[in-house]
Amino acid sequence: MSASLVRIGAMFQRYVSLHRRSLIRSFDIFFWPVMDLLIWGFVTRYIQEIAAGPVAQLLIFLIGALISWDIHYRGQQAVTISLMEEIWTRNLVNILIAPVRLWEWIAATFLYAALKVAIVTVLLAILAKWLYAFELARIGWAFVPLAGSLLLFGWAVGLFTAGLLLRFGYAAEALIWGIPFLLQPFSCVFYPVSTLPPWAQAIARWLPSTYAFEGLRMALRDGAVAGTLWPPLVGLTACAFGLGTACFVWLLHRARATGRLGRLGQD
Amino acid sequence: MSSAIQVSQLVYRYQRAERPAVDRLDFTVAGGEILGLLGPNGAGKTTTLHAILGLLTPTAGSVKVFGCSPLAERSRVMPRLNFASVDVDLPSNLLVAECLRIFAKLYGVHRDVRYSEELMERFRLIEVRRQRIGTLSAGEQMRLKLCKALLNRPDLLILDEPTLNLDPYMAQTVRELLKTIQRERGMAILHTSHNMQEVERFCDRILFLHQGRKLAEGSPSEVLARFGSRSLDELFIRVATSGELYHTP
Repeated sequence: MSASLVRIGAMFQRYVSLHRRSLIRSFDIFFWPVMDLLIWGFVTRYIQEIAAGPVAQLLIFLIGALISWDIHYRGQQAVTISLMEEIWTRNLVNILIAPVRLWEWIAATFLYAALKVAIVTVLLAILAKWLYAFELARIGWAFVPLAGSLLLFGWAVGLFTAGLLLRFGYAAEALIWGIPFLLQPFSCVFYPVSTLPPWAQAIARWLPSTYAFEGLRMALRDGAVAGTLWPPLVGLTACAFGLGTACFVWLLHRARATGRLGRLGQD
Repeated sequence: MSSAIQVSQLVYRYQRAERPAVDRLDFTVAGGEILGLLGPNGAGKTTTLHAILGLLTPTAGSVKVFGCSPLAERSRVMPRLNFASVDVDLPSNLLVAECLRIFAKLYGVHRDVRYSEELMERFRLIEVRRQRIGTLSAGEQMRLKLCKALLNRPDLLILDEPTLNLDPYMAQTVRELLKTIQRERGMAILHTSHNMQEVERFCDRILFLHQGRKLAEGSPSEVLARFGSRSLDELFIRVATSGELYHTP
């Protein structure tokens, strides 16, 4: 096995071990996604019962959106929390002075995030089928690239927020939890982009997540995603991923220049 | 002997700081040598260590480790050095042996299982090898940090207050052990400590820093003789109170 794979495997093992010996941490993976699914699922079912007309599809849109949003959000959180973990446990310097390369460390956090996302998605899909008769398979094969785009965008935002943490320390912690929710209204998770006012639509058009959620609704409503949606989805996802990575590298460089890197977790 | 560390005119100034934390510092650590970096709090010891470890970008000057920049040539430097500090911990959720296995993989020495066992034996950790790091005493944790720091058989070991949490007996045992391993391997050690007796016994050479500048350099006995002090403790207090070392004719 190549040295890089061994190092990626070691970092991955380090992050997975966080859950092996902590029930609370494992519980945290499932708790919020399941709570979201229960609350919003039942609220929507209630609205369907009291309203008439075109709200019949509301439930499937909402459940599909909830599961997909979690792919993005958990992807972002897992990447950032992996780094936070090193700061909380005052282990960051040990990693930074080890011969593990930056890309190998990032790859390990991506793998860890992908594992978490896969577990949560399967769990939510099972619960949605059981509670609301919602079939994730109804989205069809389009779900794979749509979910892939959301995961990549989640990783990109995760790298950016991790970079903020390196640069500004604990002062940036509020941003880490808040930034995904800053993006949520513009990503049109629960409503079509046409619902937004023109100024907000102008922002939404630059987010790959907007196209992913539009595609998701198309797939649920029409059984297919319009071909015109794929180029901006792929292009913006690639741009966001590149931008997130560049921001992380630049913020890491700034953290080195300001001398904060070695002192993180000690202030 | 070629130098393990070469620091030339190193300057580092933190943002909005009135004076540089390290100011035009020059020193070298030869291969196989033990250098003690001394000075009161705020003298610039940690900043100097961070520059050597590539954790900060110098404002001016240069740092070379085995002739390479720890920033630009990280992949050549990092496999040859290691570090243990009282301020840097190991992940508390991992088991002792598991933690060493993970770091062995990061350093590419995971096939040499026998060596990590040997280190655990030498540092008296073999009985707690299946214990979580978070449940170890402060002394056991420090010994584990030293095991991790020796895993890759470094040519340069950087130690920041390595015996701070150890009782006098264990501190003595660890010092002897480190000295033995250092002799066996011809490893260079850069060592910071506030324990002047330890420094006197452990280091070949010392470097006194105050407000980021070098005040004195030489073997402990040379420095004591040069400045007319009976002990490094006395010298340290003089540095801390006056910031100067008055030469005694």
